[in-house]
Amino acid sequence: MSTPALLLRGGRLVDPSQGLNEIGDLLIVNGLIEGSGHLGEIRRDGALETIDCAGQVVSPGFVDVHCHLREPGREAVETIVTGARAAAAGGFTAVCAMPNTDPVTDNQAAVGFIIRQAQRAGAARVYPIGAISIGQMGQTLAEFGEMVGAGAVAVSDDGKPVVSAQLMRTALEYARTFGIPVADHCEEPTLAANGAMNEGIISARLGLRGIPAEAEEIMAIRDILLARLTGGHIHLCHMSTKGSVELIRWGKDRHINVTAEVCPHHLSLTEEAVEGYDTNAKMNPPLRTAADVAALQEAVKDGTIDVIATDHAPHHYDEKEREFADAPNGIVGLETALAVNLTWLVHRGVIDVPMLVERMACAPARIFKLPGGTLRRGSVADVTVFDPDAPWTVDPARFRSKGRNTPYAGHTLRGLVGLTVVEGRVIHRREQ
Amino acid sequence: MTASESLGKDLLGLEHLSSDQIRLILDTAEPFKEISERAIKKVPTLRGSTIVNLFFEASTRTRISFEFAEKRLSADSVNVASTGSSVSKGETLVDTARNLEAMRIDMVVIRHGASGAAQFLAERIESNVINAGDGTHEHPTQGLLDMLTLRDRFKRLAGLRVCICGDVLHSRVARSNIWGLQKMGAEVAVCGPRSLLPNAIAEFGVTVFERIEDAIQWADALNILRLQLERMQGGYIPSLREYNRVFGVSRERLERAPKDILILHPGPMNRGVEIDSDVADGPHSVILNQVTNGVAVRMAVLYLLAGGRPELAEAAKGGGAR
Repeated sequence: MSTPALLLRGGRLVDPSQGLNEIGDLLIVNGLIEGSGHLGEIRRDGALETIDCAGQVVSPGFVDVHCHLREPGREAVETIVTGARAAAAGGFTAVCAMPNTDPVTDNQAAVGFIIRQAQRAGAARVYPIGAISIGQMGQTLAEFGEMVGAGAVAVSDDGKPVVSAQLMRTALEYARTFGIPVADHCEEPTLAANGAMNEGIISARLGLRGIPAEAEEIMAIRDILLARLTGGHIHLCHMSTKGSVELIRWGKDRHINVTAEVCPHHLSLTEEAVEGYDTNAKMNPPLRTAADVAALQEAVKDGTIDVIATDHAPHHYDEKEREFADAPNGIVGLETALAVNLTWLVHRGVIDVPMLVERMACAPARIFKLPGGTLRRGSVADVTVFDPDAPWTVDPARFRSKGRNTPYAGHTLRGLVGLTVVEGRVIHRREQ
Repeated sequence: MTASESLGKDLLGLEHLSSDQIRLILDTAEPFKEISERAIKKVPTLRGSTIVNLFFEASTRTRISFEFAEKRLSADSVNVASTGSSVSKGETLVDTARNLEAMRIDMVVIRHGASGAAQFLAERIESNVINAGDGTHEHPTQGLLDMLTLRDRFKRLAGLRVCICGDVLHSRVARSNIWGLQKMGAEVAVCGPRSLLPNAIAEFGVTVFERIEDAIQWADALNILRLQLERMQGGYIPSLREYNRVFGVSRERLERAPKDILILHPGPMNRGVEIDSDVADGPHSVILNQVTNGVAVRMAVLYLLAGGRPELAEAAKGGGAR
């Protein structure tokens, strides 16, 4: 490996995996963490690039366990290259791509394609998530073993719930052989049918069909109970309600193998963002109430929710430029996640920076058994450097992602990524 | 202050209008009523204005009412229906809007199956937009004509007790009535099966009656919504027969009321379902007055959005003051 050694000088090293939170230097050699602390003058043969990180946080690279990169099938909306670059710009050193592509990522060849495209991209790492069922049709189990062999790190039918409890049971059992989580999009389809936003006073006023919190919670508790039955690892995607938090807490109290994620938008925005029929506030699960946001924030703090994931879901601008009920669900998130989390969670005193790093870097790597998530000597040098305070105004035109659909356009947020390093190689550097 | 300033560019709903704005429209409608009683039902008020009636959903009554309002004000109007236009070829609403705008029109009257469609259009074109019903959101001119009809009969709206009966969940008429009547100081209640009321109905600030008998004891007027027949197929109610038995407004039920109750219905009626024929045709029914008032209210809205000053409405009937 011929990348020059890298010395990140004088930043605040934040690594909850080893309880590290102090000013220091980080030395990266041959793609691995060589050392950290007050390293003084470094003398070595070969190239050494020194980067001043004073005033910045140096942390394990962020890992997003939930994004949609749209390739294959909808390359006009996003590709693995543009998605991986957007991830890098957002401080993510690795992302997990959901399998609801066209064709669906439900076999080893499809998994291999994503791995290959990601290698070509040379930006953030991209780990494929395979489908639970062939074609995500909810009928026949996909070949987990073959997909894991090709590089898949989890299975999910995300975008759709696994309606059949029997199929979910089988998936949780079968996944145990390969030690992978089964990630579920929790949505009871008959209750949520045709829903466009959270059910409540605002949906009633706007005349939009609502999705009750119970549509998510019914499936969340079903999945938790099936994890209890099978001993399999259920990972609950994009939790959005107070009730879900209580159910996850119930499961964890009983040592059921359940982990859960929440998205930055569910930690920051409420259903009020839909007022005026703003389709950039339309996603599934929908934005909920202030009480839900508060409960989710508390769950991030106390660990009931393990990870923050983006559910990055790019759409072409004219797909969102239409009647609310007909507009597609989803918003982009890779390039705003850090700043949204810092602005709403850290700067408002809900959690501190080390806890944010735990939820965005350490926990996702640990739960999905991925490299990274730590700055320990000898581990792979996936590192993010960010200024936790710097304000900036979101201008979607500047995104690396092809997607522009964000409810944060024009918001002034705090927190800027300075440097993203994958295996010792700088894949993103902030323009000065 | 001109009326266009006080009403804004568009009429999208009653939720965001003030009581003064609603009163302005109702008061402006009064002098326009008389035009429709003339032998020659035409004034030159909107001569030279181009109006497109853009109907993405089937409608007979509302479209004809708008069309008469436009023609009696001498506007040039064109009807675009969702069948037989580029809309049925898959053109998006935004493209339809831009094409209309490119033809330099003055106003669009839009009926659309999606909630928010009227606002969507209004934000994208400079022409005035009038919402003629968007999804399950609002139908402001219906709310206004209902209020005008109530005011004709009771000479006031403040303190009036109006119960909206039936499928509130899917009704844009219900929402426009609730907002409009509340702003004008009326007490509003709803009555219907809970499966056809929004779960958050209490937060609308309305009284909820579980039984139609209780609503009849309370109300001065009932506004009886049409029960869309597809609601039964959708599983919201078991049968039309049972709906009529439990929630239907019948003469027998009305006779037990402590006073005469005014009967409104936005039409088209399902006789024998939500309303019995002898109620619809009875002495306290103002259902046809609603239709008559619809033309006057729509003339008032067209006139005000076009920039007409309310104090000139009387004079405008005879001349071309705009």
